[in-house]
Amino acid sequence: MAKYLLQRLIIMIVMLAALSVIVFITIELPPGDYADRRALDMRSQGVLVTQQDVVAMRHQLGLDRPWYVRYVTWITNIIFHGNFGISFGLHRPVADVLGERVGLTVLLAIATIIFTYGLAIPIGIYSAIRQYSLGDYAATIIGYFGMATPSFMLALILLYFSVMVFNNSVGGLFSSQYSEAPWSWPKFVDLLRHLWVPALVLGLAGTAFEIRTMRATLLDEKNKLYVTAARAKGLPEWKLLLKYPVRVALNPIASTIGWELTAIIAGAPLVSFVLALPDTGPLFLRALLDQDVYLSGAILLMYATLTILGTFLSDVLLAMLDPRIRYGERV
Amino acid sequence: MTQITEAIDIAPRPLPPPSGIAQEMENRYYTASQFQLMWWKFKKHRLALIGSVLLGFFVFIAVFAEFLSPYTPTARTPDYLFGRPQVLHFVDAEGKFHLRPFTYALTAAMDPKTFLLSVKEDTSQPWPVYFWIKGDPYKMWGVINSDRHLFGVKEGHLHLLGTDQLGRDLLSRLFHATRTSLTIGVVGLFISFFLGLIIGGISGFFGGGIDDAIQRFIEFIRSIPTLPLWMAMAAALPKEWSPQRVYFTITILLGLLGWTHLARRVRGKLLSLREEDFVVAARIAGSSDARIIARHLLPSFLSYIIVDLSISFPYMILAETSLSFIGLGLRAPVISWGVLLQNAQNIQAIALYPWLFTPVAFVIVSVMAFSFVGDGMRDAADPYSR
Repeated sequence: MAKYLLQRLIIMIVMLAALSVIVFITIELPPGDYADRRALDMRSQGVLVTQQDVVAMRHQLGLDRPWYVRYVTWITNIIFHGNFGISFGLHRPVADVLGERVGLTVLLAIATIIFTYGLAIPIGIYSAIRQYSLGDYAATIIGYFGMATPSFMLALILLYFSVMVFNNSVGGLFSSQYSEAPWSWPKFVDLLRHLWVPALVLGLAGTAFEIRTMRATLLDEKNKLYVTAARAKGLPEWKLLLKYPVRVALNPIASTIGWELTAIIAGAPLVSFVLALPDTGPLFLRALLDQDVYLSGAILLMYATLTILGTFLSDVLLAMLDPRIRYGERV
Repeated sequence: MTQITEAIDIAPRPLPPPSGIAQEMENRYYTASQFQLMWWKFKKHRLALIGSVLLGFFVFIAVFAEFLSPYTPTARTPDYLFGRPQVLHFVDAEGKFHLRPFTYALTAAMDPKTFLLSVKEDTSQPWPVYFWIKGDPYKMWGVINSDRHLFGVKEGHLHLLGTDQLGRDLLSRLFHATRTSLTIGVVGLFISFFLGLIIGGISGFFGGGIDDAIQRFIEFIRSIPTLPLWMAMAAALPKEWSPQRVYFTITILLGLLGWTHLARRVRGKLLSLREEDFVVAARIAGSSDARIIARHLLPSFLSYIIVDLSISFPYMILAETSLSFIGLGLRAPVISWGVLLQNAQNIQAIALYPWLFTPVAFVIVSVMAFSFVGDGMRDAADPYSR
């Protein structure tokens, strides 16, 4: 187990390193650099900035050094000082801007994962033991729709119906009286009351996929001999189901948590934007549109770190569930 | 194609009673070509058939967009901004039936009590709809000059899906957007196809260290949230680029999105097929490598590749739609589904002008149709299911 964990941990660190390089490239891609942006800003405020000033500023900030030196500076600043650079648009350190919102993004991702699996596992079990029943068909049809509809469109549709039918918007994460209030228990409860909408929207595709996986695996397992043997020994049906075939069928489900999280994170910015959630999503889009590269880069790095962490956790979970993986056998 | 051996490899099944017809069927089954077998199986998949009809419909719209749409996408009806969809009538105000459909002008008036805008049809003034009518001139596929439209009105205006903020006909714009969105998908798919084929081919053919490196790289790509990454790359495109150049670049970016899946498939197939008896036999018979690849290897996994392509097509369309929707992808004057949806971004738009929302239906229906077709093709391409 320890060897396996260490191996996954090393892979994770290598991936994080590779990822930070890619993020750095997206930061460097747009024409112009921080010095140009600053000069533009100052000129727009009426300050006289000459070309020499820009060159001097570039030198002072170290922006004229080769890219790998700048990369090392950038990444060491992040790792050792938590310094992600300055947001051009908001004129504040990126770390401050992000600090307010990262928590909500993480919470949203966790809520979506819980929602996805909390729905998918019971429905999948039901679909498998009551194959071709009305409920099974309903789950299949909703599944098709859920997998075909991208989450931001689902959000739009939901918004559309909430406005047209209920005359009330489902957007946002807080009721108006709590949006500016400091954290408190009622505010948290209010948050949970709003959180299920984006969680539903973000999780539907994943839920549909997991239901199908659960159903297919369980259908394979439930006719195997060990189930018959357990039934012959007189085990009650539900106990038998949960104890043996469901446990086996949980495997493929657990192994996809990493992908699930990647998909959720990928869809989250757009959904947050459509539903006007006060998390990192709308911030990310605005930063991209304004080419506010340090802010967008930091958020991108955060998204990618979240998914890589998620993949690592799902590997650990899988190893806990399945002894074959723990002992290094191939499944 | 008839000498493809896979059909014979199918596990023996219990034979039906030896009647003449059954025997005939059996012979037909064993002598059928691979693609014939696939077609037979595909036909049995009801949803896939419906999906392909829908797709055919979309392709038809995309090909004949100029002719099918009543207006050019930039033509404006200046006195009908944010106009509601007009309804086609066959029965007039006096209850008389007309074979030629017609529509009414809409008049808006403020309700004196509620101060809400109420829209009424002005039934005194029918506008008959004509087919094969002369309208705005256009250049079909950029080549043929014409001014014929499938339908339109001679007096007044006809906006079956309403108009946008500039008074442009949404239906016409939607038809043209269908062309853009589908072409982007197809071109992006071709780029993915070649990348997947080449990288997967290298990986499977050379094996060893190169294979390992490529596989790790693919795993890496698959574990990062691609959409935000592609959003970041699209955002880095210089703002002063022409819309055509952006269009071109976005297509390439999308093509870079979907190749990993295909590369894995190609590699896996190459690795397993390399050891198959028929390949060994061909090699012993003295076939060249090129011939083995072209005659034996490629046909035996081509069906899988086609299936994978049809499954990844929706992702192309959705990626384009998402990018354009938030303003990072295509820009006006290029029209795509995502560009049209930019107008339906917020609650106000949805509440006030719900018809701007119709592109959503197009996107969802096309994506679902593709999923159905992909499902049907996957079942059909599997030689072990019957």
